[in-house]
Amino acid sequence: MIINHPLLGPRDSEEFVYLGSADLINRPTNWESEEAAEDFYQYLYIRENIAGDNRELWYHEQGDQSWLVVTRCTLTHEIKSVELAQDVSRAQGRSK
Amino acid sequence: MSQINRIDGGLIDQTKSVSFAFNGQILRGYEGDTLASALLANNKHLVGRSFKYHRPRGIVTAGSEEPNAIMEIGHGAYKEPNTRATITQLYNGLEANSQNHRGPLDFDFMAITDFFSPFLSAGFYYKTFMWPKAFWEKFYEPVIRHSAGLGKLSMLEDPDTYDKGFRYCDILIIGAGASGLSAALTAAESGARVILADEDFVMGGRLNSETNEIDGIKGSEWAKQAVAKLAVMDNVTLMVDTTIFGAYDHGIYGAIENRADEARADSSKPRQVNWRIYTKRTILCAGATERAIAFGNNDRPGIMMAGAVRTYLNRFAVATGQSISIYTNNDDGWQTAKDLTDKGVNVVAVIDSRSIDPVMSIEGAEIFMGTDVTDTKGRRAIKSITLSNGKTINTDTLAVSGGWNPNLHLTCHHRGIPKWNEELATFLPDSSVPVGMSVAGRAKGTMVLADAIVEGHNEGSAVALDLGFKAGDSKPATTASVAYNVTAKWGVPSGKNRAWVDYQNDVTAKDIKLANQEGFKSVEHVKRYTTLGMATDQGKTANVLAIGIMADNMDKSIEDTGTTIFRPPYNPVAMGAFAGRRRGMEFYPTRYTPTHKWSEEQNAIFVEVGMWYRSQWFPQPGETFWRDSVDREVRQTRESVGICDVTTLGKIDLKGTDVSEFLNRLYVNAFAKVPVGKTRYGLMLREDGIAMDDGTTARLGENHFVMTTTTANAVNVYRHMQFCHQCLWPDLDVHMISVTEQYAQYAVAGPNSRKLLQKLVDPEHDISNEAFPYMGAGEISICGGIPARLFRISFSGELAYEIAVPTRYGDSLIRVLMEAGKEFNAIPYGTEALGAMRIEKGHAAGPELNGQTSAYDLGMGGMVSGKKDFIGYTLGLREGMQRNDRMQMVGFKPVNKSALLDAGHSMAGAHLVNLRDKPDTFTDQGWISSSIYSPIFGHYIGLGYIKGGHSRKGETVRAVDLVRGQDIEVEIVSPHMYDPEGECLRV
Repeated sequence: MIINHPLLGPRDSEEFVYLGSADLINRPTNWESEEAAEDFYQYLYIRENIAGDNRELWYHEQGDQSWLVVTRCTLTHEIKSVELAQDVSRAQGRSK
Repeated sequence: MSQINRIDGGLIDQTKSVSFAFNGQILRGYEGDTLASALLANNKHLVGRSFKYHRPRGIVTAGSEEPNAIMEIGHGAYKEPNTRATITQLYNGLEANSQNHRGPLDFDFMAITDFFSPFLSAGFYYKTFMWPKAFWEKFYEPVIRHSAGLGKLSMLEDPDTYDKGFRYCDILIIGAGASGLSAALTAAESGARVILADEDFVMGGRLNSETNEIDGIKGSEWAKQAVAKLAVMDNVTLMVDTTIFGAYDHGIYGAIENRADEARADSSKPRQVNWRIYTKRTILCAGATERAIAFGNNDRPGIMMAGAVRTYLNRFAVATGQSISIYTNNDDGWQTAKDLTDKGVNVVAVIDSRSIDPVMSIEGAEIFMGTDVTDTKGRRAIKSITLSNGKTINTDTLAVSGGWNPNLHLTCHHRGIPKWNEELATFLPDSSVPVGMSVAGRAKGTMVLADAIVEGHNEGSAVALDLGFKAGDSKPATTASVAYNVTAKWGVPSGKNRAWVDYQNDVTAKDIKLANQEGFKSVEHVKRYTTLGMATDQGKTANVLAIGIMADNMDKSIEDTGTTIFRPPYNPVAMGAFAGRRRGMEFYPTRYTPTHKWSEEQNAIFVEVGMWYRSQWFPQPGETFWRDSVDREVRQTRESVGICDVTTLGKIDLKGTDVSEFLNRLYVNAFAKVPVGKTRYGLMLREDGIAMDDGTTARLGENHFVMTTTTANAVNVYRHMQFCHQCLWPDLDVHMISVTEQYAQYAVAGPNSRKLLQKLVDPEHDISNEAFPYMGAGEISICGGIPARLFRISFSGELAYEIAVPTRYGDSLIRVLMEAGKEFNAIPYGTEALGAMRIEKGHAAGPELNGQTSAYDLGMGGMVSGKKDFIGYTLGLREGMQRNDRMQMVGFKPVNKSALLDAGHSMAGAHLVNLRDKPDTFTDQGWISSSIYSPIFGHYIGLGYIKGGHSRKGETVRAVDLVRGQDIEVEIVSPHMYDPEGECLRV
């Protein structure tokens, strides 16, 4: 596979390490609330098994060490978009 | 007998004789021959025995689809089994041996299995050998394995070299036949970067096998000129003898280039290169493969594909017999008869299963229309055939054509399903080809040469245009249009005679019928039940035929019957080619520590730790046993001072105004208020609450920290930290970089460690106990201005420091330390002594951080902060993570202190059971994870996990090692066995 790195251009997937769903960005912040256990359980363990476009996290370990959000169709392996995870995280309202 | 089947001409050089050996007999061929063509020139039709029945078998094809002529080539470690003679280029000194027979090829003792064939039908493994059950492993399986099978491995390491390479192009063209060359010419003209690859060692495809004229010259000559034209173009790469074996995602193709010639001349050169080709577009021009017809005894040597007979005749100047007959269901079979008679070879009969007018007249041959071959005779070579009209004809070669199947395999590598075409009686690629691929010529079902050339020509320029390259205005080459008509013919009713479908796996039409009768209706099931198409040829000549027979059996259309899925590799690929240079020590990079050279000078024993080589111990004169050295290293460190290279620990440099907050969220314990000049031990969890790694982090400045991780987890921890920063808290002001390789770091441990370091540290830095207390950290200089970092931390449990200098000073530092340490009898110690001391001290390491343990299990529950969020906090609070009956880490001491002293091994790996229990899965209480002989205590000690261990201290249990036959009583103790109050650390 070839991943089109937003900063470095097309790179072979061999340079990357795969983590999993980009939902892992959405770490709950309510550690003090009563729902924390349920929310963290949902966050860590419960995944959609998507036949279609899946947003997933790849790490450019043999490159610039960027975490990327790669939107990949699980049926065809077509890669629809590649974004810096940092930008996605900020766009989803995460900051410090 | 010398090349009695050789005639004049061909594309070989009949002035250059080549000698080779087949089953020990020296034979001759010519330069340009394949092993198969040279064997046929010498009238060697019988070249092997079949897989299951040990039937005599001959050469069937002239290409990579060959099912029968697979041989062992070479000898000793160079021997390669299952090599197809049809694609092995002949060379001087080639040694070939036929496979799968006991005794001579002519009289195989295992041929007796042929008479037992009623017991060996489809699924015989599942039926015959089920009873008695115990017989399977000891009797049936060894016997079957011995009698069935392919060539034998040499059982020696492959001495050949393999390599990997990467190539990039705009357009990859697979196959250099008429359509591939036409496509390459227009694509190359446009200026696009073109790679043209062909599996044959001569480009030209079927043009080299046929007599067609193109642009007024011989087809093979036209191909040669086209190749010559392409060869001089800068934007074209020709890859001859290169098989594209797989289509992968995003325009990546796998290719194996055969360079055996070069490697034989120079053994340092690779025999094969595994290329990864990156392309924007691909044109598949892989041509077509002829299929057989299933009739009675259709597997005798001398029964060949009609197209192959032409290849041997026209390309290799070999007449495969003296009285040849042809059996066909299509027009193309007749071309074989015509070419043979044109060259003066006697054709005795043409049998066409179609009830139509003869396609052409063949001089001297009897013509039978609407007739089939039903049986053949001849044990080691065909002697006669019997026709459906009852007539018997004497013949020494039967050329069979069941029609041509497009080589569409690569179009299916992304799960494309081929489409049935009734008119051509074969499957064609449908539109679901891999992205970026298009198909031209016979691979697409364009069976008429004139049309295939135009198609290739147009596809080459169209694809180039798509990519923004403008093709020239050259015209496609022209050739006479020859019709191709075919009527499907699968099996012929053959009575009791067996009709083979898959030669290599010995699958007959009856086997397929039996499978259908027994309820296997899906092609995929029949394939697995009968093993059809599962041999090294992957059923290239057999699959479509088998589907046709299945459809007949079940009275279904072929479309409804379906096909199996084609997957990479298209042809077998040697394992060595996938490994490339990554063998032995080159499997992955080797990392040496800064003291490596010095340690070699000390005759250190090294151990591999991941990619690292670390000193395991340093034997001194007179020490004959590893423990002599290790015990000495422990004692001398604890008594005076020892030095250990700990460079392999992960080191991460962190800067930024939010680093302390960032660390606070990574570690279970508080990090927000670590003062400058201090180090703190930290435990990191995974988000699920399981311990991930531990280490120390020092604050060197207000906004500057340096973290250490364990050696094993260095990469993972850094990756995790990048994730936490970039994905979870992107606006924290944190910048980090791994500096593992930038700093040489040594532990200087023992009561005299400070005195030793004081000799090196520049006088302006005070490292006295008061100025630089336990857990102190700072940037200092040594030896007159060399920058260094000093950490007062201890893994050994002694007064100890770790000192780091830029790696380039590492070698010098160990020499300076050892020289300065002479007055204290300083010694270097290795990983064994390091391990012994950390077990004595009760520090968890790799064997304890096994991915199952919580902070509480490790006895670090008290460290866990309840006042902050950190990774693993919430899920670590789950009831099940903190239960008191979990496996908890404790220490173990044998009740009998002399236990195991004579055993030569420790308690490591032993399982723990209560005193009166029988050791089994149900009574299992835990295990010993780390154990070593402690020279300080004078007996073995261990760390390990036992149910509810924290509250069982003082209890006696048994450490049972069923593998090594040990069963000893041990006392559960605190893991902190050496200096539990930590007094040594603070002096």
